[in-house]
Amino acid sequence: MGDRTPVIAGIGLSDHPIAPELDAMQHHVLAMQRALADSGIEKSEIDGYMSTGGGRGTESGVAMAEYLGIDHRWVDSTMTGGSSFEFYVQHATAAIREGYCDTVLITYGSDFLSQQGRSLGTSGFQQPGERVAGALQYEAPYGNVLVGAYAMAARRHMHEFGTTSEQLAEIAVAVRKHAQLNPNARYRDPLTIDDVVSSRMIADPLHMYDCCSITDGGGAVIVTTAERAEDLRTPPVYVLGAAGAQTHWNISQMGDFTTTAAATSGPEAFAQAGVRPEDIDTVQLYDSFTITVLLMLEDLGFCAKGDGGAFVEDGALALGGKLPLNTDGGGLSACHPGMRGIFLLIEASRQLRGEAGDAQVPDAELALACGSGGWLSCIGTVVLGKEHP
Amino acid sequence: MIEVLEQGGHGVPDLTDRPLPQVDNVSSTYWSGAAQGALLFQQCPACGHRQFYPRAMCTACAADTEWKQALGRGTVHTFTVIRQNMASPWDRLLPYVVAIVELEEGPRMMSNITHCDVDDVRVDMPVECYAVAVEDGLAIPFWRPVQSERTERGRSA
Ligand SMILES: [Zn+2]
Repeated sequence: MGDRTPVIAGIGLSDHPIAPELDAMQHHVLAMQRALADSGIEKSEIDGYMSTGGGRGTESGVAMAEYLGIDHRWVDSTMTGGSSFEFYVQHATAAIREGYCDTVLITYGSDFLSQQGRSLGTSGFQQPGERVAGALQYEAPYGNVLVGAYAMAARRHMHEFGTTSEQLAEIAVAVRKHAQLNPNARYRDPLTIDDVVSSRMIADPLHMYDCCSITDGGGAVIVTTAERAEDLRTPPVYVLGAAGAQTHWNISQMGDFTTTAAATSGPEAFAQAGVRPEDIDTVQLYDSFTITVLLMLEDLGFCAKGDGGAFVEDGALALGGKLPLNTDGGGLSACHPGMRGIFLLIEASRQLRGEAGDAQVPDAELALACGSGGWLSCIGTVVLGKEHP
Repeated sequence: MIEVLEQGGHGVPDLTDRPLPQVDNVSSTYWSGAAQGALLFQQCPACGHRQFYPRAMCTACAADTEWKQALGRGTVHTFTVIRQNMASPWDRLLPYVVAIVELEEGPRMMSNITHCDVDDVRVDMPVECYAVAVEDGLAIPFWRPVQSERTERGRSA
């Protein structure tokens, strides 16, 4: 067997932030076409497929595989929410190393904004008077919303550590600066800390600008062996570490509202990679809400638990700061079609390939992508590098 | 025991159009307990673990569990004030408090905090449980500040 070190060999984005002419399947297709073109890999080479499904009859991974015409010999439709794509890298890495398949395609596509508008974060998941089964029967009568779950984590963090709304706002402001460099970002107007903390309260203590955008969009990533990537037109991005962990699913079951499963998957991914947080040049963290980023920074070990507020101050997360975050403008300002995990991998890869344009982190050699799924429930961490390990 | 109240009076929530539980084999004990004024949680006779929500086994050791009656007192572990919800009936109830309440016995549950101004809710605030009757075998537990903490201008969630 040749060099089976897993690499990201192709990346592709569909069109965002607003693409009313595309349905979810078309987002998958467009992203796949662009990732194939990016890598130079033929579609017929794909023998592994990973997806949470498309929509309208292709809600499962295998239905989407049929739509794309992929006769895989290895498939995975693990659904951990928005972090599914970081978990896919973990699983693809293992499958490729073991020889279960050689070239894995991961696709995602969503027409969320064009089909459902901005309702995701602030509407219930149930119909009026609906009878709700399972674990949600203990939550549904009380009218919590998606933002509310994150707000309760933020409230507890503020209570235990004195974190402030201004500190959370630093995260939104840094990401907006990067969105201003991205012509495809949803929101590009200048944003200040004052703008954030004086914006409308959605669910205390989270303001409107603490909450991510809702867009259309799609992405595709091709993972293969270092051997296959050798003569491809684009430089490979090496998967140095990939790990996933879960602490709960429904928010009422979160044991410690200030600590996520990144405290497990982060150290594991770092250990696989043989690197430490201080070695990382740029982070792509799931910014569903500002608090998500703050918790991840602590849990991943970029600072001690409780010190996240101080860590993010003074533009630390903006280009030129100590740890540039979400250099594509993130979910907060650029692109969040419901599940954002794949975009973290794509932007991290662009950085390591030196293709990030005005948002390029100079000499970026190590990047970290960390996805959150559910309600801070399932956290997948991926460490990527420019050099062969 | 906890009070079981009729819907709608004196700050007590009117549950019209709220999503409600689809009672199952395990949850029926909990919901019917609430309807009879007993707030129940599960405790494991094998390892002592206490848990909520109710399940068919102990999440710590997988043994069968037993039901225990809570005193109905607790504190707010964390909370949020929902100020935007476009779905019915919640759009008519804004703003309201969603909280995670920690029972004196340990387990935590989601609920609303009623009978006080939304801006008066605090982490660690002592609260007491009551239930709102829905139908035979079903009442929904809610929490309100203990008497000494309650404010006059309180509104329902
Ligand atoms: Zn037990």
